[in-house]
Amino acid sequence: MADVLVLIDLAVVDARAQPRKGALELLAAATRLGDPVAVVVAAPGSTDAVAETLAAHGAARIVAAESADADAVLITPSVDALAALVGSGSPAAVLIGATPEGKDIAGRLAVRLDSGLLSDVVDIAPDGTCTQSIFGGSTTVHARVRRGTPVIAVRPNSFEPVASAGAGTRESIELPPTDAALAARITGGHQDEVRDRPELSEARVVVSGGRGVGSGENFRLIEELADALGGAVGASRAATDAGWYPHQYQVGQTGVTVSPQLYLAAGISGAIQHRAGMQTSKTIVVINKDPEAPIFELADFGVVGDLFDVVPQLTDEVRKRRS
Amino acid sequence: MDIVVLVKQVPDTWGERALRPDDHTVDRENANLVFNEMDEHAVEEALRLREAAGDGTVTVVCMGPDAATDTIRKTLAMGADAAVHVCDDALHGSCAVTTSAVLAAALGTVSADLVLCGSEASDARVGAMGSMLGERLRRPVLTDARAVSVDGTTVRIERQTDTGYQRVEAAMPAIVSVIEKINEPRYASFKGIMAAKKKPVTTLALADLGIDPATVGLAGSATEVIDAAPAPQREKGQIVTDGGSGGLRVAEFLATAKIV
Ligand SMILES: Cc1cc2nc3c(=O)[nH]c(=O)nc-3n(C[C@H](O)[C@H](O)[C@H](O)COP(=O)(O)OP(=O)(O)OC[C@H]3O[C@@H](n4cnc5c(N)ncnc54)[C@H](O)[C@@H]3O)c2cc1C
Ligand SMILES: Nc1ncnc2c1ncn2[C@@H]1O[C@H](COP(=O)(O)O)[C@@H](O)[C@H]1O
Repeated sequence: MADVLVLIDLAVVDARAQPRKGALELLAAATRLGDPVAVVVAAPGSTDAVAETLAAHGAARIVAAESADADAVLITPSVDALAALVGSGSPAAVLIGATPEGKDIAGRLAVRLDSGLLSDVVDIAPDGTCTQSIFGGSTTVHARVRRGTPVIAVRPNSFEPVASAGAGTRESIELPPTDAALAARITGGHQDEVRDRPELSEARVVVSGGRGVGSGENFRLIEELADALGGAVGASRAATDAGWYPHQYQVGQTGVTVSPQLYLAAGISGAIQHRAGMQTSKTIVVINKDPEAPIFELADFGVVGDLFDVVPQLTDEVRKRRS
Repeated sequence: MDIVVLVKQVPDTWGERALRPDDHTVDRENANLVFNEMDEHAVEEALRLREAAGDGTVTVVCMGPDAATDTIRKTLAMGADAAVHVCDDALHGSCAVTTSAVLAAALGTVSADLVLCGSEASDARVGAMGSMLGERLRRPVLTDARAVSVDGTTVRIERQTDTGYQRVEAAMPAIVSVIEKINEPRYASFKGIMAAKKKPVTTLALADLGIDPATVGLAGSATEVIDAAPAPQREKGQIVTDGGSGGLRVAEFLATAKIV
């Protein structure tokens, strides 16, 4: 079977690298087309920390492309590594997570390889036909790549990670030196205090608040429910524009696209641009005091009521049932 | 400082959006066409950077059909100095990789210390044009900027990430993609709208860029759409009115659905 290159996105938890859930989903997706080859582009030593998990999720081979610059330079180290591996083998495809950064890597790689690029892919058939969800989930498209090695950006939560033992054979490649004139270098920044919450785009449960939540302080209610359910917190644009919750938690057209098992929207009207980021969720629960709110059209279960009554009661009940 | 901004005209997200049944390209005829939101923020940022620098020009570059003239006018009314409109029937149906080749050629006709674009266009949401152009033009690319500043020949951004932000810098000439949280775009003034009518718009066809029409459009694209259909409607769920036990009812539903 042909190789399928999978770019492994890492998260650092307690100072230790681990693969993101999205990376394990990609390993599962890769088996549709061939043997998954995990490609780790990160600081030296990272691959040692994640190899076991990758092998346990089906990686036939694990390629370390490690350098100090891998974490300090934007996008190009991953493109360099993947392009080198495409050049030296002939993989059936390259799979990358359809996150903002993943899309940039995928686009740049497709240009370098003069290959077709498919974005926001939610399913892959063995013949390479990809299913894409477009226009905010309102249209489903089947598409294929006509030229080069297909570069496929897969939307998080479209595949389930699969525990299956792969050979996990270790290899490493050398990254080319960084061209200082072309590098976009990371010089610092700020990470939100690490909370015990799953990452928004890959969470199984997302609890989102909108304008109805009324203030940043009141978002505590949304956070408490999310924590009781073991989920992530999301927000509508009305809430992020008001500064009640940081922008990176915005769900929708210009925010994150989520597709969790459960999406719970409280105090959100369901404007088309918000729906664009959540309407492919498996189960949708709505709490809104306006029975005419369009978000009820998507609800598997909806409560017409005041979120300040319904949400705390729900949080208590979930805690009770869980304990 | 000379800045180029890439702007795209897209179907309004408030309206029905669809693909044409004949060739599966975005149906622009039946859509309300608007200025891609992030690009409006990119134009605003370019105007602010030019104002801060005290000199220089802002030129917009747009690839799109005749109708895109509307979007171009809007950027000129906001304060951009000139525009390049790449317009050729043969471009219809071009995929992202192909579009990047055309835009790279168009960028070759204008000098720029900085190219700004949106992080993502709301229609195809490929979200990679800045990076693709960086690859073609061999320039550094700084992505997903929520703040931009220029210091001599260095450009710095704050890059939005899923957990916070990163500070990123590169040498100019460079390409920066921006998100909509970066600024609040200005409204065009009446004076601006009048002045826009006299500003130069250069229209370029493929021949002007030395591009073979066979390498673009539906025929020259690296990807193809096989079929498209509306996603299945969600089944209507159960809606209850809170009579004091709304939270308990949700918990029950979640338990039945085996989520709790
Ligand atoms: C180009 C573009 C891109 C956009 N991108 C996004 C995006 O990515 N994400 C996004 O979310 N939006 C986006 N928007 C904005 C979108 O159009 C809406 O304005 C926004 O989603 C509204 O947020 P909301 O539902 O929280 O607020 P509102 O529409 O004001 O709704 C608030 C809801 O809360 C309910 N409510 C109030 N108080 C209570 C209470 N006590 N208990 C229960 N319910 C209550 C009200 O009945 C109402 O339905 C975009 C818009 C444009 C034009
Ligand atoms: N046809 C086009 N003409 C000009 N700019 C474009 C075009 N397509 C994309 N862009 C720019 O590239 C950005 C990202 O688009 P995309 O990668 O297509 O999601 C947009 O926000 C625009 O700034």
